[in-house]
Amino acid sequence: MMAHAANPAVLIELNDLASGLFLLCAFGMVATRQAQACLHLFMAQSFFFGISAILVGIHPLAWDLIAVGLLNFVTKLLLIPWMLRYTVREEVYERREIVQAVNVPTSLLIALGLTIVAYFVAAPMLRAVAETGYAKVNVPIGLAALLLGIYTLAVRREAVPQLMGLLAMENGAFFAGTAIVSGLSLIAELAIAFDALMLTFVMGVLTRAIHEHVGTTEAGGLALLKEK
Amino acid sequence: MAERILFNLLQVAVVVALSPLVSGVLSRLKEIIQSKRGPSIFQPYRDLRKLFRKEQVISQQASWLYQATPYIVFVAPIFVTLLIPVLTAYPLYLAFMGDMLGGGFILALGGFFSTIAAVTTANPYGAMGASRTRMVGFLAEPVFMIVFFTISFVAGSTIPYIVQQYWVTPPTNFFEPAHVLLVLAFLMLILAETGRIPVDNPSGHFELAMIDESKTLEYSGSGAALMKWGGQMKMFVLLCIFLNVVVTPWGLAIGTSPGAVLLAIPLVLLKILAFLVVLVIIESSLSKLRLFRISEFLGAAFLTSMAAMITQFLKT
Repeated sequence: MMAHAANPAVLIELNDLASGLFLLCAFGMVATRQAQACLHLFMAQSFFFGISAILVGIHPLAWDLIAVGLLNFVTKLLLIPWMLRYTVREEVYERREIVQAVNVPTSLLIALGLTIVAYFVAAPMLRAVAETGYAKVNVPIGLAALLLGIYTLAVRREAVPQLMGLLAMENGAFFAGTAIVSGLSLIAELAIAFDALMLTFVMGVLTRAIHEHVGTTEAGGLALLKEK
Repeated sequence: MAERILFNLLQVAVVVALSPLVSGVLSRLKEIIQSKRGPSIFQPYRDLRKLFRKEQVISQQASWLYQATPYIVFVAPIFVTLLIPVLTAYPLYLAFMGDMLGGGFILALGGFFSTIAAVTTANPYGAMGASRTRMVGFLAEPVFMIVFFTISFVAGSTIPYIVQQYWVTPPTNFFEPAHVLLVLAFLMLILAETGRIPVDNPSGHFELAMIDESKTLEYSGSGAALMKWGGQMKMFVLLCIFLNVVVTPWGLAIGTSPGAVLLAIPLVLLKILAFLVVLVIIESSLSKLRLFRISEFLGAAFLTSMAAMITQFLKT
């Protein structure tokens, strides 16, 4: 605990800044209408997650957290966008607005409500874990991002934005995790990183196949069985 | 004491004299970025002089509100100037009279009267513009409130001079998440309040699409000049609050010598110029939102300000 008490204030301050922007990106993913903007916001969110993981890893020094941050840059800023471009190019890069079950202003208010819920859920958790300077901000915001990811997943009616919601959930869970579990093994993050990649790839291929067969990837439109 | 009164008057003189220049520079920059040459940066002065010389035509149906409004719109930003740091980092003679919320109320008073006056003219476009302005206004109001509450929550005060000091020392305060997010929310608010492009097109001349401009359509002669000048001063004052208090709280006069205060004028203008470049880039790279999507824009601003408040709340 002494080592935690000696955390340089600057690192905490920068981590708080990254957390604030992380939350903003999560809000942005709920608010945006364009598939491409959604992807860009997801990339920005992953970027701030990576920054935060590295900052948490600097003091007290934890190489695995720094590695997690760097790995995160490689997978989420390079590989996932590349893979989406490769598999579902027209869904993300060439198209249009996302169909959403709830309109945007209502979504924004719900997002706000979810954030407040996350705050109250995180409070007892914070009492349970040893409270480092980072966890105080990271755990509620990570939980909020998780809930916002679930919300995105629920209201978006198309495959690719739903995938974004899923990946954002993973971001949120890890964002909260890096701050409380000091010895998070690298293996876990490696497994998750490959998982996320495989997920993207499978979803991409699947989406493409559905698109070829049905002509649309609107999940809401796939509810009924139809004769050809 | 005497010099504080003098500096206060100087501050007002700066706002009154230089606000048309700012709007001239803004339109010139916009033309340059669209690869046109554009009018001289002194064109707003010429426009004002021309309008003051012209005869004022007043509709027979117009009430006294219609005639009083240009003066209220012109005077409101001057009152706000007395309260906020335009040139100096220390409070001047009349600054004790109100805080930032007070300034907001005075600016809103000008907006209120121009709305009422637009309705009394019986020009259909006036009433349409007035109701649209109110729509943008009431959507911007919660953002305005949360931004100011967060500022006062973070800095422990609503007096602009104390807030401004808080961001300057120690420098780590400047990089607080709440500060960065507040700047974003405030920027979106300023775009909405001054009728800039994602919300309203200031250079549009199509009456059906106008929001802010249609309120002044009925005015002519000196009334039009006062309304125009008042609008330019409102923009200048908002930029002063945004830049001097929130974004770049440096470059204001700290000493009480006349030289230091005079030196602050070019520094403040430089800050405004830098911001105008950013504004022009925003305006040229976005398109105007449809009327019913303005609520989404301001909803995003509201969430940004709430994110600022939440991160600040988590830290303490």
